Amino acid sequence: MKLFNVTAGAVIAATGLYNAAFATTTLSIWYHGAGNKVESKIINQIIDDFNASQSDWKVALESFPQNSYNDSVTAAALAGKLPDILDMDGPIMPNWAWSGYLQPLPIPEDHFKNFLPGTKGIYDGKLYSIGLWDAAVVLYARKSTLKELGLRTPTLDKPWTKDEFDHALQAAKSSAKFDYAIDLGMSDKSEWYTYAFLPFLQSFGGGLVDRKTYDTAEGALNGDAAIAWGNWWQSLFKDKLAPGTSQDPADHENGFIDGKYAFSWNGNWNAVKTMAKVDDVEFLPAPDFGQGPTIGAASWQFGISASSQHPDGAADFIKFATQDKYLAEFSNAIGLIPATASAAQMTDNYKDGGALSVFFNLSKAQAKKRPVTPGYVVESKVFQKAAADIADGAGVTDTLDASVDQIDADIKRNDGYKKN
Amino acid sequence: MAAIRADNHRLRLAVRYLVLILIAAIFIFPLMFMVMSSFKPSDQLLSDTSSLRAFLPVGDLSLHNYMGAFERAPVGLFVVNSIFVTSTTVLLSLLVCSLAGFSFVFLQWRGRDVMLSIVLATLIVPFETIAIPLLLEVSKLPWLGLSGLEWGWLDSYRVQIIPWIADGLTIFLFVQYFKGLPEELIEAARVEGASWLQIYLRVVLPLSGPVIATAAILKFLVMYNQYLWPLIVVQQEQYRPVMVGLQYFFQLSPAWGEIMAYLTLITVPVLAFYLALQRAFIASIATTGVKG
Repeated sequence: MKLFNVTAGAVIAATGLYNAAFATTTLSIWYHGAGNKVESKIINQIIDDFNASQSDWKVALESFPQNSYNDSVTAAALAGKLPDILDMDGPIMPNWAWSGYLQPLPIPEDHFKNFLPGTKGIYDGKLYSIGLWDAAVVLYARKSTLKELGLRTPTLDKPWTKDEFDHALQAAKSSAKFDYAIDLGMSDKSEWYTYAFLPFLQSFGGGLVDRKTYDTAEGALNGDAAIAWGNWWQSLFKDKLAPGTSQDPADHENGFIDGKYAFSWNGNWNAVKTMAKVDDVEFLPAPDFGQGPTIGAASWQFGISASSQHPDGAADFIKFATQDKYLAEFSNAIGLIPATASAAQMTDNYKDGGALSVFFNLSKAQAKKRPVTPGYVVESKVFQKAAADIADGAGVTDTLDASVDQIDADIKRNDGYKKN
Repeated sequence: MAAIRADNHRLRLAVRYLVLILIAAIFIFPLMFMVMSSFKPSDQLLSDTSSLRAFLPVGDLSLHNYMGAFERAPVGLFVVNSIFVTSTTVLLSLLVCSLAGFSFVFLQWRGRDVMLSIVLATLIVPFETIAIPLLLEVSKLPWLGLSGLEWGWLDSYRVQIIPWIADGLTIFLFVQYFKGLPEELIEAARVEGASWLQIYLRVVLPLSGPVIATAAILKFLVMYNQYLWPLIVVQQEQYRPVMVGLQYFFQLSPAWGEIMAYLTLITVPVLAFYLALQRAFIASIATTGVKG
C-alpha cells in the first residue's frame, strides 16, 4: 500500500511537472487599430510570429476602434479588467501610470537605446511604454509655389524665421492664387490642436505648463511669450491667411492637393498620399519663432498593465514586436517614422535618400514631447479650447488667463498629481 | 364667382403642398445624401457636398464602399448583435413595463403612488450619471450559465440587455394609456370572476396595440442607438453593436464613402421596424392627440 502511494505520488508529481514545463500561458493584448486593415494585418502577423516562435506564451489580440479606445481602457481599469499588454497614445501614458493602470516595463532602458526619444514613454524616471514608430508634423509646400513666390527653401539647419514664415504666408495671399495661404487643419478639433499647435507656442517661448515643476501653468501659458503667440495666432485668421474653426473637413482632406492652399501644416501620415498626387511636394521643417523650432513627438506605444500577472511574458512580446523588421514593416505600410535608424534603412521611404528621410532627421532634431505629466489630459483639452477661441476672435490675454486658472485648478484638485 | 373660389382653393392647395414638400425635403435630404454618397468614391463625395449633386445619383457610382465596409469591419456580426440585443430588450421591456403599468393603475397596494413617483423621477436622471456605478455593479454580479457560476457580466449579451429592460418612460407610457381604458371593462371582467392575470392578458393587452407599438418603437430606437454603455461593458468584438462598430471607420483619414455605406446598411433594420409598426404608432399619437 505504501509502495502504491509513493508510486502514485511520483506519477502525479511527474505529470504536474510535465504540465508545468509545457504549459502555455495566454497573454491578452489590446490594440487601438480596429477598422484599420493595414495595421490589423501587421499586428496579427507579429502576434502569429511570436506565438510560433516559442511555447511559453500565447498572445491573444483584442482590437478596439481608435476613437473610443481610451474610454474602453478607462472603463476596463475601473472594472479591474485590463489586459496584460495594451497600447496607448504617448502623451496619455503619464496619466495612466499615475492612475495605477500601468507598471514599468521590466526591460532595461538600454535595450531601446537606439530608439528615437519620442518613442520612449518615460515617467517618474521609469520606462513605462515603448513605441514602434513616431510621427512628425511638417509644412507641406510645392517646389513650384516656393519658386513662384520667390521663397527660400528652409532646411533643418536653417529653418524659416518668424519673419520669413509670415512673409511666405503674405506672399501666398498676395498672389491671389489660393483660397488661403495655409491649411492648419482647424477642422480637426481633437488632440491635433495640441499636437500640432503647441510647438508654435513653445517656439515663441511659452508652454502649456511649467515643465520644471508641472504644478502650474502660470507664466508658461499666459506670459509675454504666450500672449505674443496668441496675438500672432489670431492674426492668421483675422488676416484670412488660414481657414478658421469652421473649416470644411473635406477641404482639410484635399485642399492642399487641389491647390486651394499654398501650404499645409500636416502630419507625415498624409505624406505618402500627398506624394502620389502632388509631384513636386516639398516637406519643410517647422519655422523658428524665436526659441528654436519644435514639433510634437510620441505616438502609440506598448505598455504592461499593473494588473498583469505575467509581466515577463508581456515583456518578451514587446521585445519581439520592437524588432527592426517589424518597425520597418509598419513604417512601409502606414508611412510613419520607424523608431530606429537601422529600421529606417530597411524602409522604402526613410532610408538615406528616401522620399521621407527628412522626417526621420526632423524627428531627431525638432521633436519635443508634450508635457510629461498626468495632468496633460486636462491641459490638452484646455489648450484646444483656448486655441479655438482665440482663432474665433476671443481676447488673447483673457482667454489664456482663464486657461491657466482651469489648469491650475485641476492640478490643485488632484493634489499636484503627486506620484503614488 | 365659383371659378374664382375654385382658383383660390387650388392656389391654397398648391401652397400647402409646396410647404409640405419643403418640410419633407428637410427630413429626407440627409437620408438621400447618405444613400447616394454610399455609392460614390470618397473624393467625389467630398467635392459633391458643395452642390446639389450630393443628393443625386451622379458621377462614378459603384458598390466599392459596401465591399470596403464589409472588409473593414464585421458588419453582419454587428447588425445581428444589435438586432438580437434590441429585439430581446424590447420584448422583455414590453412585458415587464406593461405589467408594472398594469399594477400601478389597476391594483391596490401600499406605497403604490410613492413607488410610481420614484419610477417617474428616474426620467430626469441622465444615464451618463449612473453609467460608472452601474459598470462597477455589473462587473461584480454573479451569473449561472452553462459553464456554471461565474462572476461579472462584462463581455456578454446579458449586460447589454438586462439593465435596460425596465425604464421610467416605458412604464409611464403604459400607465397613461391604461388610465384611459374604460373602467367598466375591468369591473365587468372582475364580476365575471377573471383573475388579474386574465384581465391583463385577455382584456388590457388586446386593447393596448397603439401604446405597445409606441413603446416598442421608442425602446427600439434607444437600444439600437446604444453607444456609451456597450462601449464600456463590451471588450470583445463578438458582442459589439452597430454604433460602436461605426467607430471602425473613423481613422486618421475617415473613409467617408464606407461610412455612408455602413450607415445605410445599419439604417435598414430601423426603417423596416418603423414601417412595420407605422400604422399603430400613428394611431397611438392620434389617440393621444384627441385626449390632449
